[in-house]
Amino acid sequence: MWALVAKEFRQMRRDRRTLAMMILMPLVMLVVFGYAASFDVTTIRTGVFGPRAEQATALVDEPFVVDEVDPTVVEDDARLRLRDGRLDVALVTSDDGAKALVDGSRLFKAQAALRGFTAARAALPALEVEVLFNPDLDTSVVLVPGLAGLILIFVGTLLTSLGVVRERQAGTLEQLAVMPFRGRDVFFGKIAPYLLVATLDLAVVLAAGILLFDVPFNGSPATLALGAALFLFVTLGVGVLISSVSENQGQAIQLALMTVLPQVLLSGIIFPLDSMAPGVRWLGYLLPLTYFNQIAQGVMVRGAPLSTLLTPTSVLAAMGVAVFGLAVLRFARELAPARIEENTT
Amino acid sequence: MTWGLEQVKVTYRSVRALDGVDIPVEAGRVTVLVGGDGAGKSTAAKTLVGLVEPVSGRVRRPEKRQVGYQSEHSGVWFDLTVWENLRFVAQAYGIPQPDSRIDHLIEVTGLGSARHRLAGRLSGGMRQKLGVAMALLPQPRLLVLDEPTTGLDPVSRTDLWMLVAGAAAEGTAVLLTTTYTDEAERGSVVVALDQGRVLAAGTVEDLVSRVPGRIVQTDRPDALAYRWRRGSRWRGWLPDGHPPPEASVVPPDLADVLIVAALLRRADASAA
Repeated sequence: MWALVAKEFRQMRRDRRTLAMMILMPLVMLVVFGYAASFDVTTIRTGVFGPRAEQATALVDEPFVVDEVDPTVVEDDARLRLRDGRLDVALVTSDDGAKALVDGSRLFKAQAALRGFTAARAALPALEVEVLFNPDLDTSVVLVPGLAGLILIFVGTLLTSLGVVRERQAGTLEQLAVMPFRGRDVFFGKIAPYLLVATLDLAVVLAAGILLFDVPFNGSPATLALGAALFLFVTLGVGVLISSVSENQGQAIQLALMTVLPQVLLSGIIFPLDSMAPGVRWLGYLLPLTYFNQIAQGVMVRGAPLSTLLTPTSVLAAMGVAVFGLAVLRFARELAPARIEENTT
Repeated sequence: MTWGLEQVKVTYRSVRALDGVDIPVEAGRVTVLVGGDGAGKSTAAKTLVGLVEPVSGRVRRPEKRQVGYQSEHSGVWFDLTVWENLRFVAQAYGIPQPDSRIDHLIEVTGLGSARHRLAGRLSGGMRQKLGVAMALLPQPRLLVLDEPTTGLDPVSRTDLWMLVAGAAAEGTAVLLTTTYTDEAERGSVVVALDQGRVLAAGTVEDLVSRVPGRIVQTDRPDALAYRWRRGSRWRGWLPDGHPPPEASVVPPDLADVLIVAALLRRADASAA
């Protein structure tokens, strides 16, 4: 038995990647996710509007943070500010009272805001509260758009990387390189089916979300389609990149999971980005799912137009160009004749 | 038409895989590249089809559409059926109305009963035959088969050789690599590789006739300086002089030729 134990340790030592995953990853994950795992709401971006805005501002206390005060803004404009994601709460005053509009798509902030309003009920007896976009504060309404993104990651990254690695392991990638195909034909021919399957998956997941969980679809399908297409290019590109550095399917799965797990926890789907410690929050801003989640949630739940989602859309486009471009280059190099060192002996 | 490698050098991570080799592959003939593990056979095959770029030398091959290649991994898609594998190759090469040719290849390879079976569920021999059939499908001018018979039973090897010989008879230039010397004897031309260099090249008759000294067979190897076991007896090489009384002179075969060539190279290397 000891011989077997010794053999196993020897093999473990040689498989550096698995060893690193076994020892370093849990430590890194504990630290990163420990700081990320927070539902605490420290700030609620608040706008105070209407004729008595100046007086009402004095009543606003933490965690509400006044971002904008404008007596000329009326309720409809305040609603637009919430739809566009510029504010979490809008307090619209009038001569005989005030109305608080709360963005229900930001679940934890909305819950914290409602608690805040309950506590301030004595000071503001005439305060009327309306939760927009997600009046019942349903978790599924907020989660489904992000979960759709996760499913796209699963197909885009994991299945694509496995498909390419399997081809290489079986030696058939070599066969394709000899056949009368151009490099880009092989690349696009290889990933197009995954693109189609992922698109179909997205449609099914969203339809199920709408039918089963009453997730609203308030915005433009074209805007969501654009965001999903850009996000898919990034995830497929990551899948191809993973395949290019994986010798076998096991390694591809390991690496794919290493890209999926941080996106689950750090993209704002579960823990709000605002609640994370600044040291790990920036990691969230490096992840494509963060931006897809902003687009999907914005379009579906709040009905946000493309003009207000330009930042996440542009970031995804830039990521798509970089990651997908790199993936094409690496794949083309793999199909090109093997590189030979020039230092002849 | 002669394809092939001329003075080709290939280096992998500062290890010389091919060291100025000449491997002509003539149309209508089967050129067999024989050698042990690490001799450079697969590198030569890959260089010929364009998968490996040489440091120097010249590679002569037809355009991609006229090259058929089977990699050492058989090169078949395990999760496609026999027919689907062949159909995919036909589409890749743009073969118009390929069904009759596919049917013909399925028949001559004896894969008729496995036509709709997944390639991953074929026996090793059937899979290799499918790989060869896929390489033959576009009727290439140059056919390169990397160890197509490794691990095959004698009947499957014979079937496979019939396919290869048939292709050569139709004018295809065939390069086939193998580790088996008995199989190499079936080739029209043999090129033996050893540590990235050509050890011997020519027809089997040529090579056998050029062996210096004599090959002997004996039950008592002690009297022989250069000897190797063959079955229950020993064979030996006598560079000069008379054979020992208990040894009989035998005609050399290809295995003897390659052993003697390796011995001579080793002697040259020690002298240098």
